[in-house]
Amino acid sequence: MSIQDQLKGFGITFRTMLSKPLTLGYPERKTPVFPRFRGRHRLWTYDNGLEKCVGCSLCVAACPADCIRVVAEENTPQLRVSAGERFARIYEINMARCIFCGYCEVACPFDAITLEHSYELSERDRRELVYTKDMLLAPAPKQAPLRAEGQRV
Amino acid sequence: MGTEGIDIFTAEAREAREAATREGRELAETERVVAGAEAATPQEALARTREGEDIAARALPGSRDPMIINLGPQHPSTHGVLRLITELDGEIVRDVHPVIGYLHTGIEKQCENKTFWQAITLVTRMDYLSPFFNIHAYTASVEKLLGLEVPERAKWLRVMISELNRITSHLVWLGTSGLELGAITVFFYTYRERDRALDLFEMISGERMNNRYFQVGGCADDVPPGFLGLLKRFVDEMPSRVDEYEGMLSANPIWIERTRGVGVLPADELIDLGITGPALRAAGVDLDLRKARPYSGYEHFDFTVPVGGNGDAYDRYLIRLREIRESTRIIQQCLDGLPEGPHIADDRKVVLPPRPELATSMEALIHHFKLVTEGFRVPEGEAYTAVESPRGEIGCYVVADGGPKPVRVHMRDASFVNLQALRPMAKDAYLADLIAMIGSLDNVMGGVDR
Repeated sequence: MSIQDQLKGFGITFRTMLSKPLTLGYPERKTPVFPRFRGRHRLWTYDNGLEKCVGCSLCVAACPADCIRVVAEENTPQLRVSAGERFARIYEINMARCIFCGYCEVACPFDAITLEHSYELSERDRRELVYTKDMLLAPAPKQAPLRAEGQRV
Repeated sequence: MGTEGIDIFTAEAREAREAATREGRELAETERVVAGAEAATPQEALARTREGEDIAARALPGSRDPMIINLGPQHPSTHGVLRLITELDGEIVRDVHPVIGYLHTGIEKQCENKTFWQAITLVTRMDYLSPFFNIHAYTASVEKLLGLEVPERAKWLRVMISELNRITSHLVWLGTSGLELGAITVFFYTYRERDRALDLFEMISGERMNNRYFQVGGCADDVPPGFLGLLKRFVDEMPSRVDEYEGMLSANPIWIERTRGVGVLPADELIDLGITGPALRAAGVDLDLRKARPYSGYEHFDFTVPVGGNGDAYDRYLIRLREIRESTRIIQQCLDGLPEGPHIADDRKVVLPPRPELATSMEALIHHFKLVTEGFRVPEGEAYTAVESPRGEIGCYVVADGGPKPVRVHMRDASFVNLQALRPMAKDAYLADLIAMIGSLDNVMGGVDR
């Protein structure tokens, strides 16, 4: 190996030192996601507070991982929860089983469930990964940034 | 493992031996491996292997007993969880018994319990480095059974995304193979580009891996705004990146020393073993399903199939790099000539109705309910379709009985078949070269075990 080769090698090292790093300081800075990214689920309500979910269980039928559990109940004049005839008394998603295929979102005819952009979902106890309806109705505790048009990490 | 477990295996080995003696034949290869493979310690494996076969008859004067060394399954350079039981004479590998099944997921069996639509999400997860090729083979088989015509735009989108997937798969191969042979730098460079390609996957399909973008009848969604521009930028830059990798490896004396002349098998032997993909083309056999049996509109594209001559690990490396270049050419042609039209077939008995129609059309809503709850029915029959994956021929064999669920989904996975070449290759080679051979065959254990 001649001295020229060594100089060439160090030249590359030096040039690389000056270039902008491609990596991201993760816990402080979060990777932005694209609009289609499928992360944590969210259940939606109408502006008047009624839930969009009518407990039809189409998402349960569509789910390839069998991770959704829905128990439906009739709406009554005293207790009106959803806009339809029935509502989901229990709506649970076992996030430990979910494969984020988004078929529940595709199946839902009322846009009641969507997959949002939040991707930080780990828990210390796997029992906490069974998300209840209240958790799904609330916005995700850890939001992920959306990628701006043409933005590179 | 408790003593109980060992007893069971000992009994199994004894049974095999007794059966062989009764029938007056030598112990078959698989029986010998059963006796050796399940042993708790290498010493025990040696003892059982010795019991299982008549070593005295084989031993030549002056020869030494092989030392049995267990490699894997948790070994950083066996590409996942491949266990290799090697019989070593010093540094020379006298024989190698691959033991697979450590990543068995039961996906093929699971598919039988899912509707045709749901099974798409499972087959992507078999060979996790080429998800698009898995679904492509599966959906093409189902489409063949249904007699469903895929729109032209969907075909082109499939080609475009598949070729991008080929690039990412080869990049992972290049990075990890370099890593295994001590060239760490190239890993960072290839993963830099791969991450950008995964960004593109995320943009179009919503997932970085295990994408369920291809659907029966076409693609799940059309391209999002801005996607084609980013893809164009990626493929424009890619050839210069490949130059960069070649600059690091092609003339690198250590890389050449470790790969040239390693893992050579004659072409006819490779054909006998059923090897496909770059491993076969490196030996000079011009077999690429994209050319040999064009599918999904590959006949419209102008590209060459790189073919090698020596069939060693270095040739496989060169071929994969040239395939990356060819893939960028195909993507360029896709971008230039992407036809307008629907991205999915308009067959209401199979394809979900467009989203906006659910709010307006009762008929669409009924179809939607029926397709989601019950799934579409596929006429009785069986179909096999193969696509050219980064590792060779991935074929999907689907049997339908007229119901909404497949009776059988079988994948002819290239990794599984190509793994067979390891044993004849590794015989009488150095142990260090065995690692280079595993790397050069590019087996993905998720695809091997399924």
